[in-house]
Amino acid sequence: MTEKPLPSRAGLLPLLVLFVAIAIWSALALLQVFPQSVFPSPLAVAKGLGEEIRTGRLPGDLVASLFRVTTGFMLAVFLGVPVGLWLGHHVRSRLALLPAINFFRSLSPLAWIPFAILWFGIGDLPAIFLIFMACFFPVVLATLAAVASIPSVYFRVARDYRFSGLELLTKVTLPAIAPQVITSLRVTAGLAWLVVVAAEMIAGRDGLGFAIWDARNGLRMDLLVAGMIVIGVIGMVIDRVLMRLTKIRSIRWGYER
Amino acid sequence: MNDKPLRIEDGSVSFGSVEVFRDLSLEISRGEFVAVVGPSGCGKTTLLNLFSGFLTPSSGLVVCSGRVRTVYQHDSLFPWQTAAQNIAMGLRDLSSEAERDRQLKEMLRLIKLEEFAAHYPHQLSGGMRQRVELARALAGATDILLLDEPFSSLDYLTRLRLRRELARMLEELPRTVVLVTHDIEEAAQLADRILVLSDRPARICRELRVAIPRPRELTHPQVVETVHAILAEFGLEQDKAVV
Repeated sequence: MTEKPLPSRAGLLPLLVLFVAIAIWSALALLQVFPQSVFPSPLAVAKGLGEEIRTGRLPGDLVASLFRVTTGFMLAVFLGVPVGLWLGHHVRSRLALLPAINFFRSLSPLAWIPFAILWFGIGDLPAIFLIFMACFFPVVLATLAAVASIPSVYFRVARDYRFSGLELLTKVTLPAIAPQVITSLRVTAGLAWLVVVAAEMIAGRDGLGFAIWDARNGLRMDLLVAGMIVIGVIGMVIDRVLMRLTKIRSIRWGYER
Repeated sequence: MNDKPLRIEDGSVSFGSVEVFRDLSLEISRGEFVAVVGPSGCGKTTLLNLFSGFLTPSSGLVVCSGRVRTVYQHDSLFPWQTAAQNIAMGLRDLSSEAERDRQLKEMLRLIKLEEFAAHYPHQLSGGMRQRVELARALAGATDILLLDEPFSSLDYLTRLRLRRELARMLEELPRTVVLVTHDIEEAAQLADRILVLSDRPARICRELRVAIPRPRELTHPQVVETVHAILAEFGLEQDKAVV
């Protein structure tokens, strides 16, 4: 089935959905389907959001959360990709370690929270540790699967044209796995963003997760929703940024064949 | 200079209990174009793997003196590189950048893809991709070209065109060529010598020579005669007395 070309106005459709959602939300708040204290109106949330920005709390929390996500995610990528490369090329190590990797991948990173606090206390470190635990294993798995599925003919060609050692890695293996690895990075970054909120709710004194936990404790549902909105929007932005990578000319082949 | 750059002496290859070759001997002269035809699974590609050094024989001797490049059936261009970058791979050994540039332009001109230099393989048609593969393999100072069913994934007309192009390219850049193919016409139209292989364990059951110069018409009497002789060897046409 081929899709018809969309009119240029189609780009406005998400805005329409947003508008309808806010309308329904307002109606529910006006009709007081739930008590006002547990169902803030859009207006109250907007005010709360403004207040949080003016006091500087929201920007501070945002920076704290982004710092943790970036650090934990980068650590997972810079360690996970090399480990994945190594396992992708070595059948024995793969056989030995794959069950362990799958074990840790299946373990919810939130299960590590008690240890994270006991080992690293409160603040940046436990959150970074949890994000790392959430991202490292999926990155390793995606990389090794990508390496294992490189068509062998590329390595034969590389041999014909005398690529070896570091050049083989940078000119053949890495470009060959790039599309698949980038797809997994998008998924994993989303995971990291989910985990940071949970981690900060329990093991933080600042950050967006802590902000919504704090709002709940203060019964400020307007601030809680404001925090949720910021978290959702930032998650979308992160995915957008990583999606840009898939538009790079030497990577796009992986998505167009 | 060695004028028999490719040589197999009593080469045998087996994979487990499957015997692919037994005591195969073969010599290919410098600049010769040899085609190998035979039933599928008879070990044609194994023969190329021996020459490219990808395989070592279970017993016997394989000599391959010179730089070898292989053209595969399809999809062996690096998809993350443009047509020009792929061809430039073949020029990696040249130290002068100006010279590399000059030869790259020359190769693009030879395959008539100047306008597609910056295109990626997935943006090219199958025929264009195989032309880029040929250019990559012929670029730079190489001696031996191994062709592993290079045109088999193309449609019939494109295949005919590429045969002409290959003949023309070899005129400008002479190489010792081994072509493995199941396309009997292709073998008859291109090769100086055609080796017909038997079923496993493969041996050379017939050797045919075509002495007319390339490019040849597909309907040239001698090409037609050769096609007939090969088909007769496979039992697909009645053998008549060859004049």
